[in-house]
Amino acid sequence: MSTAAPPVLELSDAAFGYDGRPVISHVDLTVARGEVVAVLGPNGSGKTTLVTGLLGLSQHLSGDVQVLGTPLARLTDRTRLGYVPQRHTLSGGVRATVTEVVSTGLLAGRPWWRPAGRADRKAVQEALEAVGLADRARFDVETLSGGQRRRVLIARALVARPEVIVMDEPTAGVDRASQRVLAGVLQRLGRGGTTMLVVTHELAALRGVVDRIVEIDTGRVTFDGPPQGYAEHRARYARSAGRGAA
Amino acid sequence: MSEMLALDFMRNALLAALVVGLAAPMVGIFLVQRRLSLIGDGLGHVALAGVAIGVITDSAPVWTALVAAVLGGAAIELVRARGRTSGDIALALMFYGGIAAGVVVINKVDGTQTANLTGYLFGAITTTTRADVVLFAVLCAVVVVVVTVLRQRLFAVAGDEEYARASGLPVLALNIALSILTAVTIVVAMRVIGLLLISALMIIPNAAAQQVSRSFRAASWWGVVLGIVSSVGGVVTSYYADTASGGTVVLLAIGIFVAAALAGAARRAIAGSRHRHAERHPHEHGPGCGHEAVTHGDHVDYLHDGHRHAAHEGHYDEHSADPPDAAHTLEDREEVPR
Ligand SMILES: [Zn+2]
Ligand SMILES: [Zn+2]
Ligand SMILES: [Zn+2]
Ligand SMILES: [Zn+2]
Repeated sequence: MSTAAPPVLELSDAAFGYDGRPVISHVDLTVARGEVVAVLGPNGSGKTTLVTGLLGLSQHLSGDVQVLGTPLARLTDRTRLGYVPQRHTLSGGVRATVTEVVSTGLLAGRPWWRPAGRADRKAVQEALEAVGLADRARFDVETLSGGQRRRVLIARALVARPEVIVMDEPTAGVDRASQRVLAGVLQRLGRGGTTMLVVTHELAALRGVVDRIVEIDTGRVTFDGPPQGYAEHRARYARSAGRGAA
Repeated sequence: MSEMLALDFMRNALLAALVVGLAAPMVGIFLVQRRLSLIGDGLGHVALAGVAIGVITDSAPVWTALVAAVLGGAAIELVRARGRTSGDIALALMFYGGIAAGVVVINKVDGTQTANLTGYLFGAITTTTRADVVLFAVLCAVVVVVVTVLRQRLFAVAGDEEYARASGLPVLALNIALSILTAVTIVVAMRVIGLLLISALMIIPNAAAQQVSRSFRAASWWGVVLGIVSSVGGVVTSYYADTASGGTVVLLAIGIFVAAALAGAARRAIAGSRHRHAERHPHEHGPGCGHEAVTHGDHVDYLHDGHRHAAHEGHYDEHSADPPDAAHTLEDREEVPR
C-alpha cells in the first residue's frame, strides 16, 4: 500500500465501444498527476473512443477503469474531468458571447436553482485570462478564428478547475499563428501542473508540451513511452514496413 | 382603440395574445438553438389528436390537448435519445397520425360544420373566454418561471449536448423539460394563432432577434419583445382589418423579421464603412505577444509597427492615439482617421 495520491487514470485490460461492440480493447494505461500525455494514432484507430469512454460518452465494456481513485461507473462528480471537444460551432444556432459559452462550464458544479454568483464570474474571468481571451470576453463566438474558438472551449473546461483535462484534437484545423498561441496556452497549463490527455495527430504542434506518448492503432495500444522513444519506435516501424514492401 | 377595448371578447383576446407572445419566443429560442425549428409544428399536430379525444369524451379539449402534446413531447426526446435512423420515421408517423386522427374525429363528431376544426387549426381568438384567459395566464406563468430558472442549463444542452453530458448535466431530463415546455406553449397558443401556425410565433421573433443582437442574453430579450409586438399587434390589426387573427400575427412577425434583417445589414454596412481594418494580419495580439499594450477607453490597443491595433470581431481595427469619444466602445466602434 502506498500513501501517495492515486494515479489520475488507471486502466487495466479495459475495452470501450458503442452499442456493446468494442472499438478499442485490452488497454493498460496509468497516468500520474501532472503528466501531459499525447494520444496518437490514425483516424479510426479508437483513440477518440478511448478518451470519450473516460467521459462517459462511449461505453465502458470490460476491464477495470479507475478515474481519480474511483471506479468509472461510480464517478458521480464529473466536474473533476474537463473536456475539450473537437468543435466548429460553440453555441448551436444562436448568437452567444465568449463569456456565455465559458460560463456553461460551471453549471454542473452548482445546484439547478442557484444562479451564477460573484465567484462564478471571477472564475470565468480567470479562465479567459488563462487562454489569453480576456479582452474578447464580450465578442460573439462566431466572429472568432478557429484557434480562438478552441481556446474558448479550453477555457470552458478550465473554469470548473478540473483535476484532469481531456482534449480531442485541440490543434486540428487551426492556422499557424493561432497554433503557436494555443501551444503556449497548453505549455502554461502543463507547467502549472494540470494533468492532460491530448488526442492528436499533429505532434509537431505540441512539441515541448508533451511528457509522454501513447500510440493507438486498430484498437490496441502500440506504443507507450517518452517522446524520444517514440521517434525511435516510428523509425523502427518505417524500416520494418520498408523491408516488408521490398 | 377604446371602442375595441370596450368589447369583452377583445379584452380577453388581447390578454391571451400577450401571454402567448411572451411565452412562445422564450421557449422557441432553444428550439432555434437546437436547429429543431419544426418540432413545434409536429407537436401541434399531436395536440390536434388530443383535441379530438376531448371532443369524443366531451371533456375540455384544452386539457386533453395538453396531455397529448406533453406525452408527444416526451416521446420525441426519448426517440431522439436512442439515436436510431428509424426514429425519424417514428416521429413522422406520430405527427401525421396525430393530425389525421384529429381531423377525422372532429369532422365526424361535428358533422359537416367544420368551424370548430378551423378554429383549432388556425386560431379562434375571439371565442376566448375569461376562464380560458386565466388558465392561459397560469400556464404561461409556469413556462416563464421554469425557463427563467433553467435558462443557462437549457442553453448549455442546446448549444453542445455532448459536452453537457460529459460535464454531468442531466441532458435527457433537460431535453424532456424543453419538450414539455414546448407542448404547454403550443396548447396555450392554440386558440390564439392555431395549431398549424404556432411554430411560427416560437421561431420567427427569435430569428428576427438574431439579426439585431450579439449575445444570447440580448437575443432572448429581443425575441420576447418582438413576440409580444407580433401577437398583440397582430390581434389589433386583425380587429381593424377584419382578418384571421392567427394568420395576421404570423404575417406581422414575418414583416418584423424582414425589417430586422434589413436593419442588421444596414448597421453592419455603416459600421464597416466607419472604421478602418488593419491589413492582412496573421499575428494574434494578446498578453505577452511581444507588442506593447496600451489601454484605450474600454479596451486595449497593441502597438504594432507604429500602428495601434485593436481586436474587433474577426479582424483588427486601426485605432488612433486620440482619446476615444463616447461612441467609441467595444460594442460599436467608430473610428477616427489616424
Ligand atoms: Zn502582438
Ligand atoms: Zn483603441
Ligand atoms: Zn497588429
Ligand atoms: Zn472592425
